[in-house]
Amino acid sequence: MSPANTPAGRRSADETRAVETSAGEARSTDHEPAGGGRRWSTRLFRSELWLIFGRRRNWVGLAVLCSLPIVINVATKVSAPTGGGPDFFVNITSNGLFAALASLVLELPLFLPVAVAAISADAIAGEANLGTLRYLLAVPAGRTRLLAVKFGAIIVFALVATLLVAVVAAVLGLILFGGGPFTTLSGTAIPFGSGALRVLLACLYVTVMLAALGAVGLFVSTLTEQPIGATIAILVLALGSEIADAIPQLHAIHPYLLTHYWLSFGDLLRDPMAFDRTVPGLLSAAAYIAIFASAAWARFTGRDVAS
Amino acid sequence: MTLAVASSGLTKRFRSGQVAVDGVDLAVPAGSVYGFLGPNGSGKTTTIRLLLGLIRPTAGSHRLLDAPMPQAARDVLPRIGALVEGPAFHPYLSGRANLRRLDAADRTVSPSTMDTRIDAALERVGLLAAAGKRYRFFSLGMRQRLAIASALLRPRDLLILDEPTNGLDPQGTREVRSLLSALAAGGATVVLSTHLLSEVEQVCTHVGVMHLGRLVAQGELAALRAGAAPRIEIRTSRPDLAREELSRLGLTDAARQGDTVTAQLGDVAPEAIAPALVHADVPIVGLRVLTADLEEMFVELTGEGFDVTG
Repeated sequence: MSPANTPAGRRSADETRAVETSAGEARSTDHEPAGGGRRWSTRLFRSELWLIFGRRRNWVGLAVLCSLPIVINVATKVSAPTGGGPDFFVNITSNGLFAALASLVLELPLFLPVAVAAISADAIAGEANLGTLRYLLAVPAGRTRLLAVKFGAIIVFALVATLLVAVVAAVLGLILFGGGPFTTLSGTAIPFGSGALRVLLACLYVTVMLAALGAVGLFVSTLTEQPIGATIAILVLALGSEIADAIPQLHAIHPYLLTHYWLSFGDLLRDPMAFDRTVPGLLSAAAYIAIFASAAWARFTGRDVAS
Repeated sequence: MTLAVASSGLTKRFRSGQVAVDGVDLAVPAGSVYGFLGPNGSGKTTTIRLLLGLIRPTAGSHRLLDAPMPQAARDVLPRIGALVEGPAFHPYLSGRANLRRLDAADRTVSPSTMDTRIDAALERVGLLAAAGKRYRFFSLGMRQRLAIASALLRPRDLLILDEPTNGLDPQGTREVRSLLSALAAGGATVVLSTHLLSEVEQVCTHVGVMHLGRLVAQGELAALRAGAAPRIEIRTSRPDLAREELSRLGLTDAARQGDTVTAQLGDVAPEAIAPALVHADVPIVGLRVLTADLEEMFVELTGEGFDVTG
């Protein structure tokens, strides 16, 4: 505290000191903390989640994500697939749980990346565009902390979006086609509970893949003040990776592509589980997260906020 | 005297090469109400961004509340309420929800007092009744009030307010002015960036004037005023003769407008002028010594040009 030497200034400083003293005595209770004292708090993180999940645009986005599992289930009910088609499709009629996996396979190339791109683009570019970034930083929210909170919220969103798709698909699938023992992709039967657990693992795997995209998105978001531009850039990166992954002549770079291991979650449904693609997938995602989260940090902590 | 804001050689050169802030040495005494003046584009807002650590200086350093920035930002910024370049909030959140979000970002306040503090801040800016509305439906004046409320979410030692009365109706302007006076009376230092000179005359104790990125004048308002060159104004039926006579007496910048002649007084004693004019057969209808008003001072320091200097 710098006591001002005008009479009025001294009064203010004394008041502040009085607050500090009372806080010092009552630190254990939920009282005003000492001036400058910082507490560990999840308030900003919860505020961030509220910002994402309280926004109507994002509700619409999640509803769109949920529409696909409904379409898949209804279509399968109307006309049962006879082999061919995307992975897991033929299995839906034998066990409704497969509707969750079929939905993820269909949503991963475009719908889920669009959702994650929109949310991660908003992270910094959205706040910069509104001008709220300067006020958050003046509070001060702390640049590193803000970035961590933003990334955490992106991961939570990716998890919620993935689980929502899977749950809607699975519930509807179980209603329409029933459950019972789960036939793995290796042909063995495992109990329904184990099958559901495998599906949950697949969801977590997908979440990690989307978190890697979210890290890329967070970095892109620190480069611009235009969230729409950032969304498009992130999608171009994701879809560009998928396209490059489909060109056989580029096989040398395939293992390094962001999306290369995304659909490998099917390996988790073999008996026993296969890890020769899922582990590299997780390592690849971890590398992407480490590189792009660091880049986002380097960029954002050194950047002039002139919006 | 303790300084609430002190900068030395603060300089910001943008990547375009433009020097927005050029060697600014601010000295804002603690407890003062400091009018930060300057034409549009003179570097006021960039200076405020530098002060708050939003942008990094190309050269120079500054201290806020006697702590070095940006090193002490985490400890010192919570004691500072700021309004930078107009209000900015999430349009689809209510006014209150926006304040909650800003409060959530502050790790040094207690969440349990949040609602009382938000209510008090809204009350002070007269926005309590409308705070439940979504921000996108706020008028400009309401947005401005919400931004001021966000600066008052907790007791502050320093307020840095960039054009706080922008967009407010006359009543709101008056309320903000009395709010500023109340904050200053409570011991807070207020830095008030504005281009409304009447606002400065009514509330400020100190003034700093920016022009082309440089701080061209700074000091106590009264002292600055006393230092400004006084003029004499004479009303007469023979203005041309009066102008000649004034020039002969050594007064400079003599100008005639209708039956009124004014001139820069310089070193000439005002009491010597009337006898000299009468002696020269100039009938005097009225005579007045004009101390420079703030507007003249301002124009003198920053030029007459209307063009915004890039």
